[in-house]
Amino acid sequence: MSGNDRLGRRAAPYLLTMPGMLWLVAFFLAPLVLMVTLSTQTGNLLDGFRQTWHFGIYPQVIWQYQHQFLRSFEYGGAATIIALVVSYPLAYWIAFHGGRRKTTLLFLLILPFFVSFVIRTLAWQFILADDGIVLGALKRWHLLPSGYHALATSTAVISGLAYNFLPFMALPLYVSLERIDRSVVEAAGDLYASGRDVFLRVILPLSLPGVFAGGLLTFVPATGDYVNADVLGGTRNNMVGNAIQREYLEFFHYPAGAAMSTILMVLLLVGIFAYARALGTRSIQEYV
Amino acid sequence: MSIVATRDASLVEGWGGPKQTRKQRRLRRFVLPIYSALVILYLLTPIFIIVLYGFNQTSPKKVAFRWGGFTLRWYRKAFVLSGLTAAFKNSLMIAAISTIIATILGTLVALALFRYRYRGKGATEGILFANIAAPEIVLGASLLSLFVLFGVPRGIRTIIIAHVMFNIAYVAVTVRARMAGFDRAIEEAAQDLGANPLQTFIRVTLPLIFPGILAGALLAFALSIDDFIITNFVSGAVETFPIWVYGAV
Repeated sequence: MSGNDRLGRRAAPYLLTMPGMLWLVAFFLAPLVLMVTLSTQTGNLLDGFRQTWHFGIYPQVIWQYQHQFLRSFEYGGAATIIALVVSYPLAYWIAFHGGRRKTTLLFLLILPFFVSFVIRTLAWQFILADDGIVLGALKRWHLLPSGYHALATSTAVISGLAYNFLPFMALPLYVSLERIDRSVVEAAGDLYASGRDVFLRVILPLSLPGVFAGGLLTFVPATGDYVNADVLGGTRNNMVGNAIQREYLEFFHYPAGAAMSTILMVLLLVGIFAYARALGTRSIQEYV
Repeated sequence: MSIVATRDASLVEGWGGPKQTRKQRRLRRFVLPIYSALVILYLLTPIFIIVLYGFNQTSPKKVAFRWGGFTLRWYRKAFVLSGLTAAFKNSLMIAAISTIIATILGTLVALALFRYRYRGKGATEGILFANIAAPEIVLGASLLSLFVLFGVPRGIRTIIIAHVMFNIAYVAVTVRARMAGFDRAIEEAAQDLGANPLQTFIRVTLPLIFPGILAGALLAFALSIDDFIITNFVSGAVETFPIWVYGAV
């Protein structure tokens, strides 16, 4: 091999990754740093913003939006747990007993993604509306008191989040369950483990990577979401996403929005990396 | 019972074979399938509802949740609704352009990750992982911060920049996963037979990894056309389909 050739080989991976990585550095990493800078500026839209390193904005937004921060993590956590509990038996059934219908079932699982995320959420607004096709009918048949309402409650927001991100939970679960070597399960049965023991001591532990990956893929978007809270939650159940969106796009108070977004990013990224460290990024990345 | 027989039983019936109790059999035959059907029905409910309400007879003035009877009027009116057609065209154009750019850049990254060991590989993987794991609201807010600080006017261009940004990693991960079974010996054979590196790439490598690239591109297109949160931050006055729908209700 000539020297020139060897040089080419060494440079090749950098040349290949350069355009993509430059794009990500310019429009993903650099903005994260710049957002922190923006958060410490003061001023307003008309007079312009100046860099004053005003870090006082951080305690200010934490104080002002503490409920939204707490609610986001609470709703995100609840939605993740619901998605896990609801989709585990489904993923299990498809992986172990899906047989020839496996492909069809998986297709049905991702079918909601063919309808836009915003439209899916709006559909729940139609379903849960006071005089809508479901609640309206139930009230007319006196199965529900006429004053009952489902929209504008925290339950509606959590259900919406759990619904929207359920496939993100179900698919990694399916992959991890599908990967389990059937002979291991067989062996447990041959060694006289009861059905319950086979599940609790063999299948469940082996599916944990899927649980962790699904948990991450569900929790992060659910916590950062504001569409569900906006459409289903009314005014009293908004999350940190709603607040960030308002500060940026309605009040044009960029520093406050940037500060909140920075806090959310730090909380989530620290969490994600701690999570990835503990479990190995590899195992999570395989499912992403 | 011999091992072979057990295996065969497992192929037909799943685990447990003949040792399972009646309770387990009931769980497998009835409870789990019915439960799964209900969950899938639940996942599909909003789609039925949306289709149904497309035929709802209501006043055009405001959004109504009440069922007012059957009409086809909305399908006739769909293309004269102000803004809808323009928003849809915007979405298609943005998705097409950003998919092409993201697919090229993402595929190159995937090739580097698959074929080479190099310093900085871990960093590349880390950035891709962080990009996928980061919440959309943070991606949108930070990108808007960049545009605000540099006084970049928001519009179609900034939306395309954003969509390429969040799609590169998805394409790279998808293409790389599909390369897993790729046999390097085929490339070496091509080179032994006198093909230069470019010819090898275009006539041997590319056709073999094309299904992966296509999968990555389809994913990127779908993510682009559906994106609301990031787009909402960087769109300025331009409306894409999801933004139009959001504003219409």
